[in-house]
Amino acid sequence: MFVFIVRRVLNAIVTIFVISIVSFIIIQLPPGDFLTSYAASLKAQGDTIAPQQLDALREAYGLGQPVHIQYLKWVGKMLRGDFGQSLEWQLPVNKLIWSRLMLTILVSASSILFVWAVAIPIGVFSATNQYSFGDYIATFLGFIGLAIPNFMLALVLMWVGFSVFGQDVGGLFSPEYQSAPWSWGKFTNLLGHLWIPMLVVGTSGTAGLIRTMRANMLDEINQPYVETARAKGLSENRLTWKYPVRVALNPFVSTAGYALPELIGGVVITAVVLNLPTIGPILLRALLSQDMFLAGAIVMLLSILTVIGTLLSDIVLALIDPRIRLD
Amino acid sequence: MADVTTPNLAQAEETISEKGASIATPRQLMWWKFKKHRIAMFSAIILILFYVIALFADFIAPTNPEKFNASTKFVPPQTISFINAEDKFSLRPGVYGLIEERDPETLRRSFKIDKTIWHPIYFIVHGDSYKFWGLWESDIHLFGLDKASGGVLFLLGSDRLGRDMLSRVIHGGKISLSIGLLSVFLSLILGIVLGGLSGYYGGAVDNIIQRVIEFIRSIPSLPLWMALSAALPPGWPQTLRYFGITIILSILGWTGLGRQVRGRFLSLRNEDFVLAARLSGARDFRVIIQHMVPSFMSHIIASLTLSIPGIILAETSLSFLGLGLRQPVISWGVLLQEAQNIRTVALAPWLMLPGLAVVITVLAFNFLGDGLRDAADPFGR
Repeated sequence: MFVFIVRRVLNAIVTIFVISIVSFIIIQLPPGDFLTSYAASLKAQGDTIAPQQLDALREAYGLGQPVHIQYLKWVGKMLRGDFGQSLEWQLPVNKLIWSRLMLTILVSASSILFVWAVAIPIGVFSATNQYSFGDYIATFLGFIGLAIPNFMLALVLMWVGFSVFGQDVGGLFSPEYQSAPWSWGKFTNLLGHLWIPMLVVGTSGTAGLIRTMRANMLDEINQPYVETARAKGLSENRLTWKYPVRVALNPFVSTAGYALPELIGGVVITAVVLNLPTIGPILLRALLSQDMFLAGAIVMLLSILTVIGTLLSDIVLALIDPRIRLD
Repeated sequence: MADVTTPNLAQAEETISEKGASIATPRQLMWWKFKKHRIAMFSAIILILFYVIALFADFIAPTNPEKFNASTKFVPPQTISFINAEDKFSLRPGVYGLIEERDPETLRRSFKIDKTIWHPIYFIVHGDSYKFWGLWESDIHLFGLDKASGGVLFLLGSDRLGRDMLSRVIHGGKISLSIGLLSVFLSLILGIVLGGLSGYYGGAVDNIIQRVIEFIRSIPSLPLWMALSAALPPGWPQTLRYFGITIILSILGWTGLGRQVRGRFLSLRNEDFVLAARLSGARDFRVIIQHMVPSFMSHIIASLTLSIPGIILAETSLSFLGLGLRQPVISWGVLLQEAQNIRTVALAPWLMLPGLAVVITVLAFNFLGDGLRDAADPFGR
């Protein structure tokens, strides 16, 4: 088990290293270095920046140096928790994104719980009642959930909330709690708002996992050990949940790792539509205004988040399935 | 055993040919199996219809999608009526006229149906002129109002500039539907080449390619798509941008296909017919293209079909966010961008209708892919 975890962690570190290169490329992609675009945007606003100041900034970011030195500087700063400066906001990047990152994790984690809580029972039901009316309904709903883009569902929910209940369902907090310090009231207020993004992000993820769960269960349900348990007189309900479900969950957990990247992407776009104080809207704004330090840092953090999530799901998988850790 | 069955089989074949019956080819078997999958057949018909509409968009759309009119902003979808202004039934469909009203307090404009005016809808009618496929001028439309009648036809409503949503959705299909096909085609090439290398040679090549696939799959694709398309130079002309987006979508989208191809290669590598081909002196390239690819092409087509929806959704999402295609290009995502603001949506919910086109297309591709996957293996249960 220890060897397994060490190997997985090493794997994750390599992945994170490659991610850092990709993020750095993203920062470098727009033509010209970012100070040129910074100076241009200042000029557009009627401001000017002294050439000396520009040179000093260039020096500070090491922009005159070869690319690999720039990369090392960027990574080195990041390891010390300094993600650079957002040009648009004139703030250090980490100040801008920490609280948003926490809320992003919260929304993602609750969406995962939602997906599991819905997909597992429905998948099991679909398999044990294969080709029944309920199975068809579940399959059909699953397909619909897969076909509706996240932002569409968010839009429709907002429209319904607006035209039927006459209120804005966006955001994560009511206006009075928006900038208030954390309190019990703020927390319950958050829970009251959380279910909409949870539902929106969860629907598309659920569809795929219902199908996975159903297929896994169908593979297990005709195995001899199930028959044995049934012959011993176990009630059908206990039998299902005690034996085949536990085995069927294994591939499920491993696909959950693959579902995570999609889920995080879903959180980003849903947050833009619902105007959540998470990382999505700020990423979009950064990209639209070519604030590349901010954008690169966000892509990097979101990817690291995903890698960690996948790592955790791998470890959970190894815990429940000895075959994997002995491999 | 084998000695016993072989003559039997030969006998059976003999009796078949005596009766004049033919033996079904794998292709026929697949077609029969596919036909049995009703939803997939239905989806195929819908998709063919959509693509035909997109192909003849200029002719089928009732008006020019760019024609704006300040006096017909945010007209709700009109309903087709067979009762004309004289309250008589008419076989020819038509729409009633509209009266613009202004709420005296809120000053909000709205449209009321005026049942005293009824504009018949004609088929094959002269309307806005267009250049068909960029080749010749024409002004014939499949349906529309008589130009002289002065009425308006907004079957899906109109947008903030008074442009006809139906025409815009029809024209949007050109981009949204083609980007899926083009991108999947590029993914296919990447997937077959890289997945093929991986599965055919194995060893270090396989290891590297598998790590690359794992890497691409382990990072969230949407933020990366967003970042890459934001990095496309803003000065690019729209066609170049279209291809740029297509390439970005396929670079990140080939991994699933690559895995599939690799798996097929691994299982086929040790088959007798591959060994036979190799022993007869065929080079690697020929073995792959002539012998291996045809034997799993049906599976590949099925999974290609299943990967188109993801690409259509990605393009729609990107354009919706303003990072993909932009005005004046019309795609379903670009159209949905207009519905981003909740106040606009509350005022004109029909602006969300392009989303319905997306959902129907994606559903149809999913069902079609499911049917194709079953049919790809005609000997399965």
